[in-house]
Order: sequence, then structure tokens, then C-alpha cells
Amino acid sequence: MKTRRDFIKISALAAGGLAVLKPALSFSSGFFPDEEVPLDESEAQRTPTICEVCFWNCAAFAYKDRKGKVQKIIGNDIDLHSKGRLCPRGTGGPGMLYDKDRLKKPLLRVGKPGNQKFKEVSWEEALDFVAKKTREVGEKYGYESIALLDHGTTAHHFEHLFKSFGSDNTAEPAIAQCLGAREAGFINTYGAGIGSPEPTDLRNAKCLVLIGSHIGENMHNGIVQDMSTGLDRGMTVITVDPRFSTAASKSKFWLPIKPSTDIALLLAWMHVLIYEDLYDKDYIEQYAYGFDELKAHVRPFTPEWAYTKTDIPPQDIRKTAYEMAKAAPSVVIHPGRHTAWYGDDTQRTRAIAILNALLGAWGKKGGYYFPEKIRIPRFPHPKYPEPEWTWKDITKDKYKGAFTGVTNILIDASLPDTKLKHKIKAWYVVATNLIQSIPDQEKTKKALQNMEFVVVVDTMPTEITGYADVVLPECTYLERYDYLRTTRHKIPQVALRMPAVEPMYDTKPGWWISREIGLRLGLDKYFPWKDIEEVLDWQLKQVGSSLEEMKKVGVKSFEREEPLYLEDGEDYFFNTNTGKIELYSTDLDAMGYDPMPVYREHPQPEDGFYRLIYGRVPMHTFGRTINNPLLNELRDENHLWVNPKIAKLLDLKTGQEVWLRNQDGVVSTFPVKVRITERIRFDSVYLPHGFGQKNKKMGRAYGRGAADSEMITRVEIDDVTGGTGMRGNFVEILVEKPQKEEAES
Amino acid sequence: MKEELIISGRNIPNIDPVLHIWHWQIPLYLFLGGLAAGLLFFASYFYIRGRGNELKTSVQIAPAFAPFFIIIGLLALLLDLKHQLYFWRLYTTFRIESPMSWGAWTLGVVLPLSFIWPLTYLKEMKKYFSKNFTFMYPIVSWVDTFIKSIKPLEKLIKWFTKHRYGLAWVVIVISVILGVYTGILLSAFNARPLWNTSILGPLFLTSGLSTGAALIMWSSKSVKERIIFSRIDILLVAVELFFIVHLFMGFLASGAVQIESAQLFLGGEFTAIFWIGVVGIGLVLPLILETMELFGFHVPISIPALLILIGGLIFRFVMVDAGQVTRYLY
Amino acid sequence: MRYAMAMDTKKCVGCGDCVVACQTENNVPLGYARDWIVEKVEGTYPSLNLELRSERCNHCENTPCVRTCPTGASHVIEGGIVKVTHDECIGCGACIQACPYEARYFHPDGYVDKCTFCDHRTSKGQDTACVAVCPTHSLTFGDLDDENSPISKLLRNRKWKTLAPEAGTKPNVYFLI
Ligand SMILES: Nc1nc2c(c(=O)[nH]1)N[C@H]1C(S)=C(S)[C@@H](COP(=O)(O)OP(=O)(O)OC[C@H]3O[C@@H](n4cnc5c(=O)[nH]c(N)nc54)[C@H](O)[C@@H]3O)O[C@H]1N2
Ligand SMILES: Nc1nc2c(c(=O)[nH]1)N[C@H]1C(S)=C(S)[C@@H](COP(=O)(O)OP(=O)(O)OC[C@H]3O[C@@H](n4cnc5c(=O)[nH]c(N)nc54)[C@H](O)[C@@H]3O)O[C@H]1N2
Ligand code: SF4
Ligand code: SF4
Ligand code: SF4
Ligand code: SF4
Ligand code: SF4
Ligand SMILES: [Mo]
Repeated sequence: MKTRRDFIKISALAAGGLAVLKPALSFSSGFFPDEEVPLDESEAQRTPTICEVCFWNCAAFAYKDRKGKVQKIIGNDIDLHSKGRLCPRGTGGPGMLYDKDRLKKPLLRVGKPGNQKFKEVSWEEALDFVAKKTREVGEKYGYESIALLDHGTTAHHFEHLFKSFGSDNTAEPAIAQCLGAREAGFINTYGAGIGSPEPTDLRNAKCLVLIGSHIGENMHNGIVQDMSTGLDRGMTVITVDPRFSTAASKSKFWLPIKPSTDIALLLAWMHVLIYEDLYDKDYIEQYAYGFDELKAHVRPFTPEWAYTKTDIPPQDIRKTAYEMAKAAPSVVIHPGRHTAWYGDDTQRTRAIAILNALLGAWGKKGGYYFPEKIRIPRFPHPKYPEPEWTWKDITKDKYKGAFTGVTNILIDASLPDTKLKHKIKAWYVVATNLIQSIPDQEKTKKALQNMEFVVVVDTMPTEITGYADVVLPECTYLERYDYLRTTRHKIPQVALRMPAVEPMYDTKPGWWISREIGLRLGLDKYFPWKDIEEVLDWQLKQVGSSLEEMKKVGVKSFEREEPLYLEDGEDYFFNTNTGKIELYSTDLDAMGYDPMPVYREHPQPEDGFYRLIYGRVPMHTFGRTINNPLLNELRDENHLWVNPKIAKLLDLKTGQEVWLRNQDGVVSTFPVKVRITERIRFDSVYLPHGFGQKNKKMGRAYGRGAADSEMITRVEIDDVTGGTGMRGNFVEILVEKPQKEEAES
Repeated sequence: MKEELIISGRNIPNIDPVLHIWHWQIPLYLFLGGLAAGLLFFASYFYIRGRGNELKTSVQIAPAFAPFFIIIGLLALLLDLKHQLYFWRLYTTFRIESPMSWGAWTLGVVLPLSFIWPLTYLKEMKKYFSKNFTFMYPIVSWVDTFIKSIKPLEKLIKWFTKHRYGLAWVVIVISVILGVYTGILLSAFNARPLWNTSILGPLFLTSGLSTGAALIMWSSKSVKERIIFSRIDILLVAVELFFIVHLFMGFLASGAVQIESAQLFLGGEFTAIFWIGVVGIGLVLPLILETMELFGFHVPISIPALLILIGGLIFRFVMVDAGQVTRYLY
Repeated sequence: MRYAMAMDTKKCVGCGDCVVACQTENNVPLGYARDWIVEKVEGTYPSLNLELRSERCNHCENTPCVRTCPTGASHVIEGGIVKVTHDECIGCGACIQACPYEARYFHPDGYVDKCTFCDHRTSKGQDTACVAVCPTHSLTFGDLDDENSPISKLLRNRKWKTLAPEAGTKPNVYFLI
């Protein structure tokens, strides 16, 4: 049965598309075949850019060869995000620009509903269509019923468009599927979130504790560099991970925890610090609220108790607690970033926040510093209209701790049989691949089918583009301007991204696309400028710089206004109800949640099943770089990590192809190769995220490896923020290709 | 458990996961080089020993194959080059430490000699081919006419014919160098433990001589000559077997990588082809057949000869292939 | 001058940045690599050791690759850097066979190519492209003849090893362990 919005594999499209969209798998001898000799940097033309291969947004310079092609990208030395060195993905940026599989022209779904075809259209036609549909839906159901699902820098342009037409239904997988819980955990403790980049003072820390955070595979540039300098200084690293991560291999202590039991460990650590009098008494006395309650609360949670939950021997729990106490306050219990794990994620990160407080690390050298950013005024425009309802109206009654739109709830509101009081009728999907990033793919697809209209703005023909009615090809970050990056860091900085080359093919920058749609909707007054250069120059002049200056330097630093750390004994007001660090959270209490973290048992895999855990490979950002020719070289598929004991039991060989079937009977579309390794516990298997892509148009990425996203059908919702815990899924390993029927059950 | 893997996905054609830089061209080249060396060696040797008229095939006829083998070998080598247009660079320098360079120059010298030697026997060849392998006759007589039509050339050949004795000494030296070179080319590679043994030079020389002897034996119509070469072959094959035993003893007494290389033939992936193809078919079986012949059982001479040639060819293929599998790392 | 590289296996995270940087700096064709990453795991859960190495040509002191080259295309330049002159190379593959580290490959254009220690940069006093990019500062390039160079100091103060010393090539890439 054909539904209205079946997934279209863009490669098998209307004839017109074929010529341009021919897979670019063909082997080219040189990536830059024209240039034989290395570039002479001193003579080459360079332009400032900001890397968009991930959201760390490192500032850099793009160097061009004599023929005007971007040859290489080198970090900007004064930039605090990159410190002159990009990560492999950033260095591989030219591969994104010159990937022949890119989206090249606007695409429009044609014919009657059920007609599964795209045709290439002009921007005029595509934008007219988007504007017409937006107006139709807006007038029929209210503009509030249009949702924006987005990520990355381009998101800002569309958020502006949305606010201009009166919708505040915006959400990112980068919150609900990522760091939402962490922010909530810290907001409810310190009255301030962590933000990005994380203000952890690793350059001065004496001890770093990583709870699942796999720095080194998680290649966020600044922290990787900081951790490395820490190692040089002899910083102790303690890693809690069911897998011997790269970080674990650099650690003095690796605690191979039984997955899902982290809160037990955190409580036991608190117990040791408090009952062995190792916490920072002055700090707690001066800044914290609820210590006595906490003390009473953690009383039963001895290391011996935690051992029964976590598999970590009590003496190791004690030893590591002593290690932290010895380093305090120059100690960082890292808050993690992707924290959507088991549904009690806000509570787990709160436990991390509390532990940091007990060690007196917040606001201290070697702990957490106070980041500062430069405030740059917005280009003046009239006040936005007030929407009649927002994401809050469908979220906050249940998930009271949510602080932004929650993707999965907007998706719920998009379902035909939604119970929510407001409905979503159309989607703008900007720079986010919802199929891979939001668990329970079937639900997302069902929501997509139900939309009056879906527009996707992307650079690559990722899976989500196959569900669009219109695909708008954005040019890559190397071909465009964007809003300024105003860094929240040790020193406030502003950074510029400008085009290194003209947009290739028929692609356009996000600012232009959103403005064109805005103009077509009659929102001229919100776009009172000719182009973004005018905006940037105006903004820069407000802070004593100019576009001209920034084009030369790329990054400019400003003076801090407040001190970086707390003085000893300094008075400080925390933005909480009590004005203090809330070990006992009055807000959570008021909202009806546990005011202090509580350990709860999570389901464990049954016989023959293994917990599916996932993470990053250092050379890729999710699925978005798998097709990048330079990075695909480094890793073109993922492997399923299996402990040798399990391998023996199942008679698996390294390199053997297997399929996965999860607890709900969902079978992986593609096989994945086994990697037998001691680096993982025997109750879990590990599958790096981003692989197993289903759009054939991604010539290099298609069908390579298996997608963890496909296996994640059981979602444990974080009761505070509504985020989706994704690690409660169990898989069996199938050595034979399963029957098709099964695959569809 | 020990795990070591390349994680950057390095996958360079012909290098990963195992080295496979040299394909069929190099073993063929080594085989033909050895064969030509054998032919030239026996021709010059028996000439010097004054038996040129008695062992006609070996001294006068068989060397005529040598230039063809060498040319085919050189073509194979040229085909193997990945930057062929620059092959002339081989002759703009002489690298004393490079076996390849030695080979190039040796072949450069052998090639003309391999033409000259048979050309001094054109008359005898014409006679021979008028009776045997008659299809060769027109070719030989064409060459004869051709040379006669160019006076300086005719003179030159005459000169060589007159000084055949000196020529023989040059040829014998150069043919030994060529024979040894085919082995040294491989044994010079420290990085490939299987090749890196000094026995390889003599082993390849012996093998080359035995293939040469086999070819002479095969093409000879004289019973006496056949018997002589059959005996030579028996001796050479025995020496080869001795070297092979030594080769393995040497490996097994060495470091881990050498033991690992020997294991390719002692249970590893090259075991069957080596012991059946090279040792069984190429050495032991002909040895038995020829010994039987000596004791009066009649076996068609072409069979052991062919087996030796095939065995020699397989031997080069096996050595070149297996050697590329052996390495120091990982 | 004796150029060398130290590679800190204790800090490297195996990210492959050094590989990509080499690729874009030196136009290394897709599917080929002048440097690469090796991961070695030893031990049994839970007591494990992980070694990460970024490998490349060792610019050996004793160069079998140069010795076997019949044309002189492979040669040693100032500072002990081993290089290949493209239009002297006939593509015979002898040097590839001769290198115990599989550091050389046939460029699709036919000649042999390999790490140059970025001599176009290092001759100007810059770091090599891979050294300059490494986010964990695991790579150090320098002159061993200069006692005060950071690399000399590192090799004095840290334990190190070279790869396959038994192959007898006297490598000049040192792995800090
Ligand atoms: N199963 C599973 N799900 C996960 C995760 C996981 O590990 N496993 N991780 C979670 C986390 S932490 C996060 S942050 C989210 C991230 O999830 P997403 O927000 O979906 O991020 P990406 O996967 O990077 O998708 C980005 C999309 O943007 C496109 N793109 C890249 N650059 C540009 C550009 O310049 N302009 C435009 N218009 N498009 C661009 C890419 O082609 C890609 O389609 O996923 C979450 N979901
Ligand atoms: N190269 C690269 N770097 C990236 C990204 C990328 O796509 N590529 N994405 C960036 C983004 S958006 C994010 S959010 C971050 C995410 O990076 P992190 O916050 O570091 O990621 P997590 O998914 O929390 O951590 C994955 C680790 O958790 C371990 N783990 C699994 N289950 C458990 C458990 O129950 N307990 C404990 N203690 N550990 C467990 C896994 O073994 C794995 O090592 O990475 C960022 N950096
Ligand atoms: S961390 Fe890497 S991918 Fe992310 S912005 Fe920086 S250089 Fe780019
Ligand atoms: S760039 Fe540095 S950290 Fe990354 S793999 Fe290379 S040496 Fe290791
Ligand atoms: S590593 Fe190989 S290519 Fe480099 S110098 Fe040593 S032997 Fe030669
Ligand atoms: S392939 Fe080139 S560089 Fe290597 S040995 Fe042959 S000629 Fe020399
Ligand atoms: S030194 Fe230069 S050529 Fe060698 S691996 Fe590093 S970047 Fe590549
Ligand atoms: Mo994330």
C-alpha cells in the first residue's frame, strides 16, 4: 500500500534528477586532482569560517588553492574552541563541500498523493510552494500548528522566521535526545545550566571523573584538548563506563559499571564523602541548601550496597572517592552531554551536580569556571506576534522540568490519534535527520504521514529528505555567512563565518532561504535588511568591530566583566529559589519530583539478549559525515562490539556479519560485522551511532553497518524533561539473515 | 586476548590487508631469467669443456631459445612497472646496492650475448632444423639471409664465431650472475622474512639450471646427450631438495617472523601447493622418473622435463606470493 | 640535523585527524594514506591495556627502501628525510617490498608515494601537517641532533620504543609508551 508520504529513495527518481544526482561513488584518484604540489600557506587566500561539522563550532580559516578550491581548513589559533587545531571532522570539512552526493537543486514531490516522485524545480517554484503551504496551514489551523524541528546554526534563521509568523513550536533532538536532562539537572541544583562548551576547567583540574562521557571518541574539540593537557600534568582520570572506552584507557581507574546503575554509584560516592567527612564543609555551609536532608538521604547507600547494584567493588568506590576528595576543589565530575539514557536522567545528572558541590568544585579553579559571552544586540525589528499556544501548553503539564520544546512531544502532537490538546499540522525540518536521531522510527514516520506538509532544509540527501514534500538544498557552511558566534567561554569571543567559495550547484544559504519565505509571507518588516552582511556589519559595529575587521581576523576577544572563579568565601547568589546550591531541590519538590536523586532498578536483558549501548566514533558526527569522502575513508561502517565470552557462546568470529533483533522483534535492515573485543562487558553490546543509512543516494554511506536508531523502540521518558532515554533496549544476535516477514513485524 | 587492528580504515590497493605488489609478471620473469641462465650456462660450459660438437643440442641449438625467454621476461618486467614511461630511468644510473638495478644491467648485457651465441651457430642450426622442429627452419634461414645482407653484422658474427672461446667465458660468468640474481632479487628484501635468506640465491640458481637442463634434455634427439642431462638433472634436483630442507631448518631456527613464514608451508595456506606442486611434481616425481629411466625403465623424456619446468614455474610463483604475505609487523 | 617524530601512545585517541590533515595537506588520493592508526588491545576484561599509534614512514636511518631502488628515485635528503622523486620512479615496487612498515604505496599515477615528513613545511621551520593538527598534542616533530629540542627532551624523559627494530632499519619515529 502506498501512503501519501512514503520514503522516496532520491536516487531512483524522476528522469531529470538522474543526471545530476548520479551516485558519486566513482573512484577519483585525487581528492583534489588538479593540484599536485602542497599549498604554500603564505601565499594562499584564506577566509575565516566556523566549522559546522558538529556543534562545537570551532573557528578556522579555509585555505584555497590556485584554482580557487578549498584545499584545507586550519583552526584559528586565537579561537578558544579550537585553539588552532580542528578535530578530524573539521579537518575533513572540504569533503562535505565537494561530496558529489550533495543535494543540488530544490526538489518537489509531484503528482497526486501517492505519486512517489520528486522533480527538480527552481527556487522560485519551491519557495512559492513553501509559502503557499505555510499560509494555507497557518490560516486553517493557526501558525502555531507548524513545528520547526532543527539543529545547528541554520536553525537561528528559521527560528526567526517562525517567531515572525507566530509559532514558538521549535524543538531540537539536540535537547530532548541529548543534553536536556543534564541542563535540567544542573538548573535545578545551581540555577544555571551547563551550556556549550562545557565550562569545565580541565586545564587546571587535578581529577576528572567521566560518567559514560567518552571523551576522545566524543571528539568535541576543546574538551579533548583540555583532557590531553590534563594528562600531561598528571591529572587523575576516573572513568565509569561499561565499555573500555578510549578515555577509560587513559584513566587511573576504570569502573566497568553495570549499565543503568550509575545513580547507585553516585549515591555511594556521596555517602563516602559525607560519612567519611571528606566533603568541602566550608563551601557546603556557605553555599548549599539541604545538606542535612542529603546526609540522611544517602545514609543507606554504602559502597557495599552499591556493589550489589553496579558490580563495582566497594574498595574501588572508596578509593575513587578518596581520589576526588584529595583533588578537591580542582576536580570535575563531568556533567556528560548526551544524557538521554534511562528515563531518570535529570536525576542522574543532578546527582552529578550534587557531587560536584560536595567537592566544592563549582566556581573553582580546576573545577567549573564561570563562562562569559559578549552580548551583541539583534538587528532591530518589530516585536514578534504572540502565539496563541506554544510547546509549553502541550508539555509542561506532564514534564514540568522541560525548558525548551521537546521533539518527541511535538511528534506526539503530530500523530493522527494524538491525545494532546493542540495539534501539529506541518513541519519544517532544518538540519536534523529525525529518522536517525529520534527513537521509535515508526512513530516519526507515522507523524510524517499525517502532516499536511513537510519541508526539509538540508545539505545532504539524508533519510529525512525522502519524507519531504519539498527539499530545499542549503549550501554548506563553507559557502555561506551565518549569524555571529558569540562564545560563552573563559574569555568572551565573537567569531565570523563567511563564504570561502560561492555556493556550488543551485544551493542557497539558510539566511536567504528563510528571508525569501518570510517575504513571500508578507513578513517584510521582520527582514528589514538587504542581506546578512548588512546585519553582521551593523551588529559588529555595536561592539566596536566591523565586518571588514572580522573578515581578516575571524575571531575577536573581549574583556571579561566578572571574575572567572569564586573567591574563597565570596558571597554569591545562585539563581535558585533559596539563592543557594540546592542539594535538596525545592523546585523539583514543588513540581512533585524526587527532591533528591533516588536509585531505581531498570529492566535487565533476558537470557540471549544484550543491552544495546551506543556512542560516537571520533571521525564522524552522527550519520552526517559518513558520506564525506575524506572521513568515510577513516571509517565506512560500524562494528558490533561483543565480549569474547559471548562470542564463544554464540560461536561468532570477528568480521562475521550478523543481524540484530530487539526485544520488540525489530530486525536490523542491514547486517553488521562483529568485533570481538575484551573492551566491553558481557551483558552489553556496543554499536557506534550514525551508520546503516537507508538512503541509496548517500553512495558511500548506504547500507554500511547497522543503525542503533532502528533498534531503539523502547523509550524511557525522562519524567522531568520529557526527553527520551534510549539505552533500555536489548538485542539478540542473529547469525543468519532473517526472513523478510520477521523484519517487518 | 590480543587484538591489533588498523582503525583508520587504511585499505590501500595491493598493500592492505596483505602486500600484493608483484603479481604474475615478476615470477614469470624470474622463471624465464633462470631458464635462460641455465641454457646459456650449459652451452658455454660444455663449449669450454670442448664438448660442443658432441652435446650439440645444449651448445648449438637450445641457446637459441634464450633470447626469446629473456625478451618475454623483460616484457613481463616492463608490464609490472607502474610508471612505465619512465622505465628508461633504469639505465641512467647504476645502483650498486639495488638488485633491481643489477638485474636491469645484467639483462642489458645478457640480452645481446644471448643473441650472439646462437647466431654463431646459424649454420648448425639450419642443419638441425631441416630435420627436427622443421617449422623453425624458415625462421632460421630468414635470419641467416638477413645477417648476410648486412655486411658489418656478418663480419661481427664471424668475429665472434672465431673468438667463441672467449665469448663462452663471458657468457658463463654472466649466466651465473643472472641465475643467482633471480634469487638475490628476492633475498635482498629484509622486510620479507621468507625471502630474506642467503640460500635463496643458490636455490634459484640451481632451480634455473635444472629447468635449463630439462629443456635441453627435452629438445635433444641424442640419447647420449639426454642421459647426460638426465644425470645432471638428478644431481641438481637433489641439490635443490637439500637446499629446501636447509631453508626450512634455517627458518625454524630463527626468530618468530621466520618461523611464521616457514609455517606458511608447514600447515599454512601454501602447504599443498608447495609440497605437491613444487616438491612433489617439480622435484621428487621427475627424480623418480629419471632414476627409473637410468635403470632402464622407459619413460618418455618429455614427462620429467615438463614436470621440472612446471615445478620451477610454480616454485617462483609460490615464493613470490608467499613472501609478500610474510612481514614483521602485526 | 636528524629529523624524527615522537608519537605519544598514551595521549593519542585514535581520531585519525593526522590522517585527514595529511590527506588535505599533501593531496593524498582517496583510498590511499601516508599515515594511519593502529589500535592494540591487550589483556582480559577488566584489566586491559590499549595502545593507540599513529604510524607513518619511519624515515629510517638504515634505509632498505633507498638501497633497493634501481633508479635513485628513492633518496635521503637533509635531516634524514626519505623521499621519492616522482619522475625518476619507474614503479617497480622494490622499495615497497623492502619497507617492513608498509609505509609506501603506488600512487594511482604510477609512482611510489609516502610520507615526506612534510619537508615543504619543515624546511621552513613549521611543524608537519599531522603534528600541527593533532588535538591531543600526541605528535612531536624535531631535530634529534639538537639536545634542547622538545623531541630530544621527550626521548630523554619518557620510555619509548620503535616498531619492529628486529627488521634492522633504525626507525626515527619513536613511540612513547
Ligand atoms: N540512536 C541514537 N539517537 C541519537 C543519538 C545517538 O547517539 N543514538 N544522539 C542524540 C544526540 S546527542 C543528538 S545531539 C542528536 C543529533 O541529531 P540531529 O540533530 O539529527 O543531528 P545530525 O544527525 O547531525 O543531523 C544533522 C542533519 O543536518 C544536515 N546538515 C549538516 N550540515 C548542515 C547545514 O549546514 N545546513 C543544513 N541545512 N543541514 C545540515 C545533515 O545532513 C543531517 O541531515 O541525535 C540524538 N539521537
Ligand atoms: N566524534 C564525535 N564527537 C561527538 C559527536 C559526534 O557525533 N561525533 N557528537 C557530540 C554530541 S551532540 C554529544 S551529545 C556528545 C555525546 O558524547 P558523550 O556525552 O560522551 O556520550 P554518551 O552517549 O553519554 O556516552 C557514550 C558512552 O557511554 C557509555 N555507556 C553506555 N551505557 C552506559 C551506562 O549505563 N553507564 C555509563 N556510565 N556509561 C554508559 C558507552 O559505553 C559510551 O562509552 O558527543 C559529541 N561529540
Ligand atoms: S569539534 Fe570538530 S567537527 Fe566540531 S566544530 Fe570543532 S572542528 Fe568542527
Ligand atoms: S591526530 Fe593525534 S590523537 Fe588523533 S589519531 Fe593522530 S596522533 Fe592520535
Ligand atoms: S619506514 Fe619504510 S619507507 Fe620509510 S624509511 Fe623506513 S624502510 Fe624506508
Ligand atoms: S618503485 Fe620507484 S622509488 Fe620504488 S624502488 Fe622502484 S623506482 Fe625506486
Ligand atoms: S609528516 Fe606530513 S607527509 Fe608525513 S604523515 Fe605527517 S602530514 Fe603526512
Ligand atoms: Mo548531542
